[in-house]
Amino acid sequence: MTETRLETQGLSRHFGALTAVREIDFKLDAGARHALIGPNGAGKTTFVNLLTGVLRPTGGRVLLAGRDITAKPQAERVKLGIARTFQINRLFRGLSVLENVCIAVAERVGAATSMIYPAGWRTDVIEESMHILATLKLADAARFRVSELPYGRQRLIELAIAIGLKPGVLLLDEPAAGVPSAESHIILDALERLPENIAVLIIEHDMDVVFRFAKRVTVMVRGAIFAEGTPREIETNPQVRAVYLGQAAERRANA
Amino acid sequence: MSDAARSAAPAAIAPRLDHPAARVLMRRHHLRWWEALPWLAAMVFYFAFPDYLGFGTELLIAILFALSLDLALGYAGIVTLGHAAFFGAGAYAVGMLAFYGIWTEPITSLSLAAATAAVIGLLSGLVLLRTGGLTLLMLTLCTMALLEEAANMARAYTGGFDGLPSLPIAPVFGVFEFNPLYANTQYLYTLGALLICFAFVRTLIYSPFGQSLTGIRENLLRMHAVGSPVRRRLVVCYTISAALAGVAGGLWAQTNAYVNLSVLDLDRSATVLIILILGGHGRLYGAFVGAVVYLALEHFLAQIYPTAWQLGLGILLVLIALFARNGILGLGETLWRRYGTRLDGS
Amino acid sequence: MDLIADFAGILLGGLAAGTVLFIVSVGLSVTMGLMGFVNLAHGAFAMFGGYVIVLAMNRAHVGFIAALALGFVATAALSVILERSLYRRLYRAGELDQVLFTIGLVFVFIAATILIVGPESQTLQLPPALGGQLNLGFTQYRTYSVFLIGVGFAIALGIWLGFERTRIGAQIRATVDNRRMAESLGINVDRLFTITFAFGSGMAGVGGGLGAEFLGLDPQYALKYLVYFLIVVSVGGLGSVIGVYYAALLLGVLDFVLKLYLPQGGTMFIYALTILLLLWRPQGLFGRKEL
Repeated sequence: MTETRLETQGLSRHFGALTAVREIDFKLDAGARHALIGPNGAGKTTFVNLLTGVLRPTGGRVLLAGRDITAKPQAERVKLGIARTFQINRLFRGLSVLENVCIAVAERVGAATSMIYPAGWRTDVIEESMHILATLKLADAARFRVSELPYGRQRLIELAIAIGLKPGVLLLDEPAAGVPSAESHIILDALERLPENIAVLIIEHDMDVVFRFAKRVTVMVRGAIFAEGTPREIETNPQVRAVYLGQAAERRANA
Repeated sequence: MSDAARSAAPAAIAPRLDHPAARVLMRRHHLRWWEALPWLAAMVFYFAFPDYLGFGTELLIAILFALSLDLALGYAGIVTLGHAAFFGAGAYAVGMLAFYGIWTEPITSLSLAAATAAVIGLLSGLVLLRTGGLTLLMLTLCTMALLEEAANMARAYTGGFDGLPSLPIAPVFGVFEFNPLYANTQYLYTLGALLICFAFVRTLIYSPFGQSLTGIRENLLRMHAVGSPVRRRLVVCYTISAALAGVAGGLWAQTNAYVNLSVLDLDRSATVLIILILGGHGRLYGAFVGAVVYLALEHFLAQIYPTAWQLGLGILLVLIALFARNGILGLGETLWRRYGTRLDGS
Repeated sequence: MDLIADFAGILLGGLAAGTVLFIVSVGLSVTMGLMGFVNLAHGAFAMFGGYVIVLAMNRAHVGFIAALALGFVATAALSVILERSLYRRLYRAGELDQVLFTIGLVFVFIAATILIVGPESQTLQLPPALGGQLNLGFTQYRTYSVFLIGVGFAIALGIWLGFERTRIGAQIRATVDNRRMAESLGINVDRLFTITFAFGSGMAGVGGGLGAEFLGLDPQYALKYLVYFLIVVSVGGLGSVIGVYYAALLLGVLDFVLKLYLPQGGTMFIYALTILLLLWRPQGLFGRKEL
């Protein structure tokens, strides 16, 4: 029996006359590996912003494990179990890699309000952070400042922070974006090692990633859901091809 | 726990913490030998320059004031031009209590000064910290100006521009009197207050709370995205910063036995900002370095060539903003990173 | 009849003071709206221009109009030099660095003024045509004040028309609204800013000279009225000419009234009102709301 972790009902967002997201009904179950694809400007990032609370919807509801969180601000939603990564890195560039993850873990376990003892005494936070870094093969980089690492590895830190929040729902906004193709396998490996039970939604343009990773795919065009199905179904769908996949898919089909 | 389990468990845990990065974090708060130097220097100063203890007291107060600003500005990233509001609140709290004979015991007066400033800090923080950027700057400036004008309007109580002179301050611990001619008591009293406040700030900085403030300063949006109640943290930080500034103001009133409107003016806010930036903000000892350098220069230059001092200060600020935004300590760090690392072979 | 004359006197006095505030601050509003640069040295430019104008008239016996033009050009030129060499290095810098840099500039200006000219205040000798009283029908009022109000209105109208009707005005408005979009449309934002900065500073210089009577002109000018200029700009809304105009006039009248009836600490209400207004509308009366 799969539980529905995240659900939207009729979710919409207008910016004046422009409709960025249009009446979206969406479900994400525990253990999901779901990809969200679509042409630029289709509203994918806006949708994720609505899910995480960065934006308020102009219509519809967002439900987390059955609970209406539409009115809740971003920080509260994180506490309830949604974490996200950003398309462009939002890291603490001047701090060490380990410290980046520690800050997230400390928030989660409620350590961050303590003022009277040193952070260094919270070995539980430090240990857990090191463990997360180890699973992402970042342990050797732990002591370096974020700004000193190559971009591909910085992308992984985004992921590490999100994992450190122990979310029930993980939203990844183009995790491979900006990563040179020589390094993108690092991201893919990390994605494959994500805990099984987490519901994962990934926005991607890179179809290799989508095919390797996703069990279900949703196509978004001009703010609305255009098609939904398994990767193979989507790939062979002629309308999707026409609108989005284009020649790249042709080449793969003929290969 | 059985013997087998006991020997197994540590082996599983230790390796993760036995990593240079982890060790750095676990040891960061340890006291280093050179941290005793400022305090030793302060004591040496006491014995070596008995005629300059008035100046020394002023210096210690400036350090405390700059330290309070560093908490808000250097660690939480709140850019404020109105910090004198809290300095002045503390000063007037002490001043009016003493002048009207309501309360003259110095140590408890200081606590009241801190409390008064903290209340103002809390109220203004709750309201102002919803905004950011230029709006926040303007609001902090206007809050300070508002208090200054209010103190001016209430001149019947505050003495207006001339202020409240000859404040009666009771002896410290009932024994050590404040002597207007020989500033020995003032100096040691202020040094003690500074030590306590500094210990508090240092603990705060290295605590998990302090770490989250650094996160807020480094990347505000990311802090929201890790579930941090940012505004609440900022308000708490601002309130503590205000309380410390209030202590500095209270000390000023007590050691000068005097309070007037200058405790609330833009000049005082601007000076403490310059001191902090000069020394290096976001670094515990920036306040110390900045205050020493600034006040020493001002003491010697401003009295001889006041206009040239202002010109030099202006040029210095421009140069700092362009080339050395992290102040003296920042420059030191850059030099250390470039040349110091060669010393230990890494 | 007396009541009307009194009321008119207060209103006109306030409007004249407000007009001076407007002329000085309009440049600050546009440049802050355009580049987001916190320029606390704007008052120093006003002071510089004021000194040029007043000294030209008093010592070099230059005519009033010519002196104003000289003030405009000199200040604009100085601002271009400073902008090209120093300001533009800090466009990407944080607010703190901009504050420090411009405060430093203010100190340099003040000290330089004292060293070059001296610490005394300078008085503007009004041309005889603008001296004395003007009969307005229902009351008599200082000719110079009425002149100022008229000139201020003309400047406001002129700038507003410039924004609305000229191509460069449209470019400025576009860049204030969305800088990245403007750049991608091919607008040379750097050059635009230099031009705007020059114009705004020149205007400030003229305002410094014109207002020498109301606000005085001494080396502390650069700091004394800084808070007022900032209030006018933030209350009016960054980048809005209409906003600055209304806010300046409002502030001028309010300040005049308060100085009359509450000379001790009446300005407290101005600060209180500013705080309340900025809390209610952080973007100012006519400013652009951040999405």
